[in-house]
Amino acid sequence: MKIDLNTVKKMAHLARLEFNEEGAEKMKQDMTQILDWVEQLNEVDTEGVNPITTMSSEVNVLREDVVGEHLSRERGLQNAPQKDSDYFRVPKVLE
Amino acid sequence: MNLDPILGTSIIVLPDMISAEIKNKYELVIGLEVHAQLLTKSKMYTSDSTEYGNLPNTHISVLTLGHPGTLPKVNMKAVEFAIKMGLACESDITRNNIFARKNYFYPDLPKGYQITQDKNPICVGGHVPITLPNGTKRSVALTRIHMEEDAGKSMHLAGEVDTLVDFNRAGVPLIEIVSEPDMRSSDEAYAYLVEIKKLVRYLDICDGNMEEGSLRCDANISVMLKGAAEYGKKVEVKNMNSFRNVSRAIEHEFERQIELAEQGKEIISETRTFDATTGTTASMRTKEDLNDYRYFPEPDLSPVIVSEEWLESVRAAMPPLPRELFHKFVHEYGLPEYDAGVLTDSKEIALYFEDLCAHTQNFKAASNWMMGPVKSYLNELTLHISDFPVKANSLAELISIIDEGKVSFSVASQNIYPELLKGTDKSPLEIAQELNLIQESDESSLKPIVETVLAENVGKVEEYRSGKKGLMGMFMGQVMKKSQGKADPKVATKLLTELLEN
Repeated sequence: MKIDLNTVKKMAHLARLEFNEEGAEKMKQDMTQILDWVEQLNEVDTEGVNPITTMSSEVNVLREDVVGEHLSRERGLQNAPQKDSDYFRVPKVLE
Repeated sequence: MNLDPILGTSIIVLPDMISAEIKNKYELVIGLEVHAQLLTKSKMYTSDSTEYGNLPNTHISVLTLGHPGTLPKVNMKAVEFAIKMGLACESDITRNNIFARKNYFYPDLPKGYQITQDKNPICVGGHVPITLPNGTKRSVALTRIHMEEDAGKSMHLAGEVDTLVDFNRAGVPLIEIVSEPDMRSSDEAYAYLVEIKKLVRYLDICDGNMEEGSLRCDANISVMLKGAAEYGKKVEVKNMNSFRNVSRAIEHEFERQIELAEQGKEIISETRTFDATTGTTASMRTKEDLNDYRYFPEPDLSPVIVSEEWLESVRAAMPPLPRELFHKFVHEYGLPEYDAGVLTDSKEIALYFEDLCAHTQNFKAASNWMMGPVKSYLNELTLHISDFPVKANSLAELISIIDEGKVSFSVASQNIYPELLKGTDKSPLEIAQELNLIQESDESSLKPIVETVLAENVGKVEEYRSGKKGLMGMFMGQVMKKSQGKADPKVATKLLTELLEN
């Protein structure tokens, strides 16, 4: 499967990735290669096989509705690039 | 005058600008998406508390903050709440549920994706019965109800260079109730929202508070020429924080879209935001550059299988639904639809009324007491029915001593009922006896009073006899006064008539 430059640019935008023309060309080749490789799976006959979404065969791994321990605010904020004593701070977003 | 944000031209948005004749050419098509915050104690996929109104970023965990290596786990109660809503709307319940990642970047979504449901929502189809202001009843079809998680809360404060983010709300369980484009007027949309709110409250799965954001609504609105085979381009309107504002936004969009259509301009499929101060909508983003959410199955959560047994246990725990009680009140108790509507407005009132009807057969009197003295007491003191001091059996006894002619309604409501409201242990009959309020229905003891009244009003008696029948009320008033309100009106009327007509 061939990936064109526009698709690369669209994917990059959605993934918030930035690269130059050269990088885009490289990315295009890599993605094409990856897709080609994965495409081999199409050769397997999956007629009558139900799709799975996890590698485990477990179902109904559920929680009771009980409140547990919280992370302290200080620890939660610890790794934030920008913060004050109460909030995470991010560049102003206005809709 | 408003500046149209897309065209950059100024357009006038006056509701009366489009004539009724032009408006009548078009049909309004509305679909609503309602998000309801579920009343669970803990979040959808983690054990953080969902409590509202706490200090910012105190109900957080590594999972809520999207730290690597953390694994979500589904809250069983949230699943049950979603099933309850589906059963109440007669949806098909999906037995094999998987979750999906909806990928987008926004500061209030630390993981970079929302865990939601995509292709197999837990509830498929269904309908919500609505009643319009003119009494018309119809059913609004649902597309689906699915489970998902809420995002954090961003604050854009004036004078602040940054946006502040609080993650207490991130991960709170939601159900999204999606209707078909099945509504044709703002009245229908309003009635639909009223019904959804009533349902979630009956089911105890959401507090239904739109102002506080526990119920949120987005509207998909389009117009088409009447009889057209295809819907027009739809516009999604967000940011309406009350039922009334949903209604206003719809009315405004109807006008705006017709105006564009009439001018031969294109209606753009876009997301618009409602401004409550002006009652108008403005463009937020066009659907063209809409995020591509790249949904894919959530690999961190195992499937949730709803077994027959589980489904039946949820069904068995369902409270009576407003439409079931409405039907019962009208058909079993013979009440007018108006009464049934008022009494089923809230589950608590309806259940108190049910309790009352278990103790009396006079359902209409019970309904009148509920809609009159009981409601006005609760309204006056802004109390909830759970704080109402009079037990249903006591109120039922009050109704029965009226029916038996022991006290009149006015004595019951003005003398005995206030005593009951004080929270006494005494029965209505005991109170009536103690306060000497038992009605005089014995003819022999009432007759002297009636005779005295007539003797004191000889002139009026003459007038009555010469045709001024309207004086009867005055005589009755006198009899009531002299008997201190205890005269049985039926007996007094009979005696008065006898003595006056002879």
